[in-house]
Amino acid sequence: MNNFWVILGHTYFSKVKTKSFLITTLITLVLIIALTNMSQIIDMFTSDSKEERIAVMDQSGELFEPLQEQFKLLNEEVQLELFEGSETDGETAVKNEEFEGLLILSLNNEGLPDAAYKARSVANSTLPGQLQQSLQQIKIQVSASQIHLTQEQLGKLYEPVSFSKVALEENAKTAEELNQARGLVYVLLFVIYFAVIMYANMIAMEVATEKSSRVMEILISSVSPIQQMFAKIIGIALLSLTQMGFFLIVGYYFVKRNLESMEGGFFEFFGFGDVPVQTIVYAVVFFILGYFLYATLAAFLGSLVSRIEDVQQMITPMTMMVVAGFLIAMFGLNQPETTFITITSYIPFFTPMLMFMRVGMLTLPTWEPLLGIAILILSIVVLAIFGARVYKGGVLMYGKSSSFKDVKKALQLTKKD
Amino acid sequence: MGLKLEQVTKRFGSFTAVDDLSITIPEKEMFGFLGANGAGKTTTFRMILGLLDASKGSVTWDGKPINYSTSPIIGYLPEERGLYPKLKVKDQIVYLARLRGMHKQDALKELTYWLDRFKVPEYADKKVEELSKGNQQKIQFITAVIHKPKLLILDEPFSGLDPVNVEQLKDAVLELKQNGTTIVFSSHRMEHVEEMCEHLCIMHKGKPVVQGSLKEIKRSFDRKNLVIHADFDLDFLKNASGVKRSKQTTEGIHLQIEGEEIAERILKDIVGKGFIRKFMLEEPSLNDIFIEKVGASYE
Repeated sequence: MNNFWVILGHTYFSKVKTKSFLITTLITLVLIIALTNMSQIIDMFTSDSKEERIAVMDQSGELFEPLQEQFKLLNEEVQLELFEGSETDGETAVKNEEFEGLLILSLNNEGLPDAAYKARSVANSTLPGQLQQSLQQIKIQVSASQIHLTQEQLGKLYEPVSFSKVALEENAKTAEELNQARGLVYVLLFVIYFAVIMYANMIAMEVATEKSSRVMEILISSVSPIQQMFAKIIGIALLSLTQMGFFLIVGYYFVKRNLESMEGGFFEFFGFGDVPVQTIVYAVVFFILGYFLYATLAAFLGSLVSRIEDVQQMITPMTMMVVAGFLIAMFGLNQPETTFITITSYIPFFTPMLMFMRVGMLTLPTWEPLLGIAILILSIVVLAIFGARVYKGGVLMYGKSSSFKDVKKALQLTKKD
Repeated sequence: MGLKLEQVTKRFGSFTAVDDLSITIPEKEMFGFLGANGAGKTTTFRMILGLLDASKGSVTWDGKPINYSTSPIIGYLPEERGLYPKLKVKDQIVYLARLRGMHKQDALKELTYWLDRFKVPEYADKKVEELSKGNQQKIQFITAVIHKPKLLILDEPFSGLDPVNVEQLKDAVLELKQNGTTIVFSSHRMEHVEEMCEHLCIMHKGKPVVQGSLKEIKRSFDRKNLVIHADFDLDFLKNASGVKRSKQTTEGIHLQIEGEEIAERILKDIVGKGFIRKFMLEEPSLNDIFIEKVGASYE
């Protein structure tokens, strides 16, 4: 048992000290800080940009004022200014960056507004869109008065239909809650997906490095391969928890700090306003279980290759499985109640992401996630027993082939006959 | 008691790598394994270490089976050298020593001793990949012996080393033996086995073909080498009765003969035919025995 701790400690501390680990942690932390402070950062850039103005040439003489009124409702920051001069003058002014754009208004033969918008570039579609929308309103008013509709009649025409969604199931999430849950589940799913791939990769690389440098033979002559494999998996698990813990604490701190300043914005959309503890707990549980499942798989796949270059090829099927799980989960975010999703959420390789997604999105009876967890734990145990045997033979096997046929060869090595 | 292999057989599917091998190696002895590539030496070592389970038979040390609980008393230098390329010498030796049940402080103390002994104390803080191959091998040797094992297994310890380093390593091995370590080693170099081992075993295709003490093996090998240098033509001796092999050299002829009496007869035959500059009867070398038994030329 003592050796178990020696390997665990060695795996953990030698990894924590590597440059690549420190750099990825740092970069991710910077990203998290940037993301959680997004609105301040955006403000920082927008506050000091100068006020935008748009030149309006009103050839009709009657459209400018109503337009200005309408436009104010949509955008308070951009000023409309009546431009007295020729079209060429206007264009020059726009080119000289005096104005953001030039809007030419006229009336067509039916007496309805006609407009052309000229700007240095039309890459920003928000502003022209808002102008168009404002003009549309004016056009509706003009047309309405042409066909002698009263304001009331007009109002009636545009009144939105009354429509409300009510969930009949008890405890079912309201549409609003569902939207919030979707954001949070989306983010957590992404974290699980990313972390499982990253750390499973790390395990496979670690094993393959020890094998290709042939230090493995010395290791397994001192410690049983099985003990070594699990010490390594748990060592990397602790590493992952360290890293994730860091991210969580930093992320949580900044979200909490910035929460008031951005109510109704980005965070609320992602459901960070009122984080349900249950979702987070399930996320951690499914992350850990998913990690163990894929880490065991990665360890024994890693034990089959002789050269580091072959690792990626060997673990590709495993990576594919994680990606498939993630894609199904993404699809399921919009339709979490589909039978397809329900069934796939019990397939062990997909359970970590799909069951978590369902738990986060729906109100499931408790037995469902528990059954998922039970199946997952069972598969981890089975995979660990099987994987440990392959690992024991695999680490002694050298050769250029690296395919799944080697699994059989590796198993044969551990047999007595 | 020492190390005891009893009727050990190892099969991989239909292929038999080691066939019915029984060896007893007394404590504090040095035992040599010889054999061509693929003869089953490494498989035997792996069974001794418990890395592979024997299909049949048993391996015991002091009457007890060898497993991971005995790992602190066993040292192993594998044929394929393996160290962490990116780790400092100090860190990895301490790590590997701890896995053999040593404490960190003791490991550091021993490491200083061995690095000084090999006259390379400055390597402690270097990464293994920065060292030359010969020096990596010294580090590998240190990892095998740092925990003062009672049983030391060396798989081709001297391959790929220059003569100076071979001498350094040989001295170290002999010193360990004097201090009471039981050593099992395999080598391609007959003269190393001849020089260092009391007992040996020649393996061929998984079977032990010759086994016993070096002296007995040589005595029981009923052939002697006869070297004759003379001014006249010695070609006719090739076909003389009792001559098993012959090799013409620039100065004369090397014969392998069946016994001393043949030498006597040959001497009588050639006396008077001319000037004989050299007539020498030699004990067979291990190389001769190996070639005779395994039937393959070596090196």
